[in-house]
Amino acid sequence: MSRARTRVDGPAKVAGVARYAADHPGPDLRHLALVTATVPAATISTVDTTAASAAPGVVAVLTHENAPRLAPPVGAPYGGRLPLQDNEVHYDGEPVAVVVADTLDHARAAADLVRVDYEVRAAITDFTAVTDLVVPSPPPRWGPADTNVGTPEPAEVTLARVYTTAARHHSPLEPSATHAEWRDGRLFVRDATQGVFGVRTVLSSVLGLPREDIRVVAEYTGGGFGAKGYVWPHQIIAAMTAVHLGGAVRLVLTRAQSFTSHGYQPPTRQRITVAAHRTGRIAALEHDSVSPTATYGGYVEMAANATRVLYAAPAIRTSHRIAPVNTILPTPMRAPHEGPGAFATESLMDELAHELGVDPLWLRLRNHADVDPTSGLPFAAKDLRACYREGARRFGWERRPLAPRSVRDGHDLVGWGMASAVMATFRFPASARVRLRVDGTVVVEAGCQEIGTGTYTILPQVAADVLGCPADQVTLRLGDTDLPETGMTAGSSTTLSVGSAISAAATTLTAQLAELAGADAVSLTGTTLELDGDPDRVVDLADLFAEHDLVEVTADGSFTPTDTGHSLHSFGAVFAEVAVDEDFGTCRVRRLVAVYNAGRIINPLTARGQMTGGLIWGIGQALLEQSTLDHELGRFVSKDLAGYLVATQADVGELEVAFVGEHDPHSGAIGARGIGELGAVGVAPAIANAVFHATGKRIRSLPITPENLL
Amino acid sequence: MPADTGFDYVRAADTAHALTLLDTPGAKPIAGGTDLVTLLRSGVDRTPLLVDLAALRGQAVRVEPRPPLGGPGIVLDALARMADVAADGWVRATYPVIAQALELSASPQVRNLGTVAGNLAQRTRCPYFRAEAPTPCAKRSPGSGCAARRGVQRGTAVFTADPDCVATHPSDLAVALAALDAEVLVESRAGERTIPVTEFYRPDAETVLRQGDLVTAVAVPPVAAGSRSAYLKVRERASFEFALVSCAAEVVLDGCVIRSARLAVGGVAGHPWRLTEAESALVGLELGAPAVRSAIDTAFAAADPLPGAVFKVELAARAAVRALRAAGSHR
Repeated sequence: MSRARTRVDGPAKVAGVARYAADHPGPDLRHLALVTATVPAATISTVDTTAASAAPGVVAVLTHENAPRLAPPVGAPYGGRLPLQDNEVHYDGEPVAVVVADTLDHARAAADLVRVDYEVRAAITDFTAVTDLVVPSPPPRWGPADTNVGTPEPAEVTLARVYTTAARHHSPLEPSATHAEWRDGRLFVRDATQGVFGVRTVLSSVLGLPREDIRVVAEYTGGGFGAKGYVWPHQIIAAMTAVHLGGAVRLVLTRAQSFTSHGYQPPTRQRITVAAHRTGRIAALEHDSVSPTATYGGYVEMAANATRVLYAAPAIRTSHRIAPVNTILPTPMRAPHEGPGAFATESLMDELAHELGVDPLWLRLRNHADVDPTSGLPFAAKDLRACYREGARRFGWERRPLAPRSVRDGHDLVGWGMASAVMATFRFPASARVRLRVDGTVVVEAGCQEIGTGTYTILPQVAADVLGCPADQVTLRLGDTDLPETGMTAGSSTTLSVGSAISAAATTLTAQLAELAGADAVSLTGTTLELDGDPDRVVDLADLFAEHDLVEVTADGSFTPTDTGHSLHSFGAVFAEVAVDEDFGTCRVRRLVAVYNAGRIINPLTARGQMTGGLIWGIGQALLEQSTLDHELGRFVSKDLAGYLVATQADVGELEVAFVGEHDPHSGAIGARGIGELGAVGVAPAIANAVFHATGKRIRSLPITPENLL
Repeated sequence: MPADTGFDYVRAADTAHALTLLDTPGAKPIAGGTDLVTLLRSGVDRTPLLVDLAALRGQAVRVEPRPPLGGPGIVLDALARMADVAADGWVRATYPVIAQALELSASPQVRNLGTVAGNLAQRTRCPYFRAEAPTPCAKRSPGSGCAARRGVQRGTAVFTADPDCVATHPSDLAVALAALDAEVLVESRAGERTIPVTEFYRPDAETVLRQGDLVTAVAVPPVAAGSRSAYLKVRERASFEFALVSCAAEVVLDGCVIRSARLAVGGVAGHPWRLTEAESALVGLELGAPAVRSAIDTAFAAADPLPGAVFKVELAARAAVRALRAAGSHR
């Protein structure tokens, strides 16, 4: 059942009561400051810590010369090199020392006194200049590097284009932070993370500690967007230092360090070709994407994935290649893969529509994929047609003049564009526990994270639905490796995966209660159970528990993603109206209408929040966000939020979000699919297509900036 | 901030006290702190002594029938908050270009703290100057050159007089004040002097202030009867961003014919760039005439942009045309 529910943790967050990883004091808390490399490739010839060690308040200075030795990380994604283990530098910003001091000011002051001499080596940071491209090995759930299905038909129209997207940084409000304590042979970590279990797994392997001796907690995480999904060197440094010195330490990345310490969305260069009949039917699609990776590891942005599933082409060929450069490893960022990729696919569809002289929406319907065109599998509960229909209706699409440069408003050229949105549904194994206490309170336990998306609010609704009680009767405990294990809160997977596990646990709990009460079915209301749907047959929990000598009833549940023979994707349609100042080339988004097809929506309020945030995120991708590398210096320029532009409220026009479609019986147990990433897909091409409609200029490079439109 | 450069902090009791304190080598005045604190925290700037000027704040805007410069005009207190000046009724009615420049600056939160003098004295936003680790930057390390000349250039000047620095000054207020021929009142223990805003900056976007100087006020001379003015700012982000280019325009019309025009452009040089040649060429033209653009172009003939900033010449010329016409149609 869908029910709007306001955020239960909203008041705590607004009042500043919610405590994040770096908000916890401790009597013996020490502060860490990283010293990071200022060159992109080098051998450290000397590192002089004399002055730093003698500075006020300094407890220790660790470098590759005296840091504890670490073992290779296994079992969970790790994005760095092992920190402070050798004298090599592979990227600007790589940690080369850490200062431990009594206060943060002392630590940072002393960090400035660490002298590092480098033998600088030639570095390459421009991935388009790399000639030895590598075939990546993506995780299986991302699909293979290359696909090639079908035989191209002879076609009358062929468009071959190159699209590029910029490097971007997640820039969550809360910078990554780790609080680590070593006491009595056990490691306790509070971390700003999207996955406490991954942190525990990596720390266990690198520090050589049994998992049961490590507890990782994340009660609140202040935004992730992918930055806190993989484990990164700073987390190891904090834990390693705590174990080495004993007691508690805290490490908070500076904003500048946030640009070099936990990955970024890599830029992409995408060659894409469509061949089509004059009738509008696509004859073949080809999509080849190149993106950078680090010199020490492989990350691939699966930009061609959208092309694999969006349209019913008789032949689809895709490939991904990666180019090693001297930066930290790129990493998923909202929305990975389809996010940068759909810019190419959906801009090219607009180009094709223009070439054929047809309505871009008609062209998409003409080529609608009834089954997954690459795998041949049926889609799970797909209703993209309804997204197009409902979006067009709400937007008023049928009033759109076909010709570009048709609408003028003062100095502004006004344009309308649209694009499809698609996102693969990621699922992770998850487990959960549901406890019913005699006072009627229900506690749900699952070790997932709240990263701002509404987990505390939504997941109790899932349990309440099964138990029959109001959601306010249910509280959620999360973000703790002592709780039942779940996957990362990433890839829009949590509601679906953890929700399915909670649903299973609650279902088991209900069955147990029914058995105790001698009924076939029970429904919980306050402190009573209604039996078999009969309002006259009610049993008090106190009586029932006393009768069976119980203080609470507990049930476990789990979710294991299984192959149901379906292609699991969420879909949407995004419509954009932009105004481009003809003199200045400045583009403002006047309104966005987006309609999504993502299975059952548990909480329309938080879901709308997710999609609204995704649209704003997409405006940033389309018009503002870019991390520029200075290839001469081998480093990102403007490592701050004055130079790295994210959308402000003034950049956001009118937003309208709606959902179509219902229960998806294939993806999980609760009818839901992932939504969060989806909201950031399709926005950039819809805006770029609207810019073309406004100006007649086709911009094939993100972000679209004034100099492109002058 | 670096331990070896920790600083003292003193609240000045009055101007004389502040001037004494500011004679200390390296001492810096602090008011709103919206820029200086950032620079100190990141280690880009350092000081042995911060002199807090909060106690010296006077009336934000004084309408002066007989200001020090002669004739009626206004005097902005150096410590006036940006928000207070922007909200002042006299400023809004008589000098809309000032109110608009302020309201297009920064964010409401910053404008509630930032002051007139602090805004004028803020440092360049060049990302190489502000980098977390030193880059080739003559400001950070004299003689180290200029990374922007070989690097990211869209924020650089198009009038590049200083071979060592292509920074632009980011103040919107300065551009408006430059168009109005405002003067900065500076006191030091040696006495008082006035500096035209157009001469307040060096080509490298630093001010001409010396150790011991304290800005006390900005005097804006009166405008002619019928004066109209406007500020126009071009930027990618709709709010809270510095200008790619901007233009302050003040114009007096005779019908739709330009009787006098003053134009200053921001984002193109180390200081607000007055379009002096254009100002004379514009006199006698109709506001809507195509010749306005040619007249403005005369002031950009000397532009010498780096490749990544070439587009800003055209952008600035267009901004000047639009600002002039916006000013002319104002009221």
